[in-house]
Amino acid sequence: MSGNKNKYLMFLGCAIPYRVSAYEISARKMLQKLGVELVEMPEFNCCGLPLDPVSHEMMLILAARNLALAEQKGLNIIALCPGCAGTLKKVNKMLKEDKALREEINKHLKEAGLEFKGTINAKHLMQVLIEDVGLERIKNSVVKPLTMLKVAEHNGCHILRPKEYIGFDDPEDPKTLKTLIEATGATCLDYMDETECCGAPSVGVSDKVALQLARDKLNHIKMVDAEAMITICPFCHIMYDTNELRIEKMFNETYGIPILHYPQLLGLAMGMSPEELAFNELRVDVSKILKKVVESEN
Amino acid sequence: MSETEEKRIKASELDPKFKYEIAKMHGGEKLMRCFQCGTCTSDCPVARFSETYRPRQIIRMAQLGLRERVLGSDTLWLCAACFTCTDRCPQDVEVASVIRVLRNLAAEKGYIPQVFKEQAASILESGYAYKIPELRIKKRETSGLPPLPKGNSESIRKSLECVGFLKFLESSGEKK
Repeated sequence: MSGNKNKYLMFLGCAIPYRVSAYEISARKMLQKLGVELVEMPEFNCCGLPLDPVSHEMMLILAARNLALAEQKGLNIIALCPGCAGTLKKVNKMLKEDKALREEINKHLKEAGLEFKGTINAKHLMQVLIEDVGLERIKNSVVKPLTMLKVAEHNGCHILRPKEYIGFDDPEDPKTLKTLIEATGATCLDYMDETECCGAPSVGVSDKVALQLARDKLNHIKMVDAEAMITICPFCHIMYDTNELRIEKMFNETYGIPILHYPQLLGLAMGMSPEELAFNELRVDVSKILKKVVESEN
Repeated sequence: MSETEEKRIKASELDPKFKYEIAKMHGGEKLMRCFQCGTCTSDCPVARFSETYRPRQIIRMAQLGLRERVLGSDTLWLCAACFTCTDRCPQDVEVASVIRVLRNLAAEKGYIPQVFKEQAASILESGYAYKIPELRIKKRETSGLPPLPKGNSESIRKSLECVGFLKFLESSGEKK
């Protein structure tokens, strides 16, 4: 098994190139600064998660294809999307442990000249940060501590659940994202129902339910006067950043809470400019917190 | 027919084999362990805002063998797959996975929300679940991002030939 903790195969997924490039831009810059080298996938297909509801078999094959491609490169996968990371981790574990299933899936991969051998691992960005880069290196990269900011975290479900397959942090009381936020110098506030789902998977099936879930979270964050919400998932980010104005209109409320990708927050603390970190791509106005960061320099 | 009469379960509707069929599928094995405590529904974020989605009810209907009612129901598609129910179930039922098994069975019968057909068609064509706009692909260069890895359509199709539900895509493709 490849044990290189500073070199990964980058798994972008579908949502990020489709509409969340600020996350990719800031994550790549942050990782470069931390000394993590990224190699691109030789070819790509969706991790399979979106199709799990209609065909578990299709999900397994799509995920296994990516794992087999990564094995050919001899590198562990880093995924920015918790959905991709969760799926690749889960299928990797299933196929490594269940020989009969592995043989079954390999029959289909063989049709395309591929084979799953079980020689690599997949991790989400946050897991790489805490386990492989390490808190020490992250803290050392901070040149401009964001002590002036009070923010709230939002983990996203698939980075934690189902526990049996993901095996990362505690789904009932997750600490990693908080720790990583605090490493930037910012304060991370506690709030009600912190682990509640953003509702993104229900979009398209029932927008009403999905938006009510997102609104619930924004309400809870507003109650503790958080100045921003920090996410590490493209879908959660779309759910809050893209929909915040819509939710405000729909329910006649005002939030004005900027939604930042974690790499944008750490990037600021590393001394990178908002332009470098693609802050201009965020929908909710971020000028208030950026002004605070700039003013505190003196 | 009154609402009460519509809801009333007739013995002829019950298919005792249904639960065994579910239990044979990956993720559905522990369906019969459910003792209806309701932890899943009370902790479900979707149930909090939906008037119809109740995981406990779906599990009970599946145990009873109400095949048609369960598989033909729109509420089945509301689960957000957050896996809170799975992690908190005291009987380790893997509720979200049972729901997924039921959706898979519904899909085999052709009950498939449009969004999944579109995503599957897109994956077969480009590898990506969404059609990435040309503008985004071009913008990557100016943003200093590497080119987007390409999907190998032929290879993807070859490894997915066995997937039964894909037969429903042809008809949806014509509609578009």
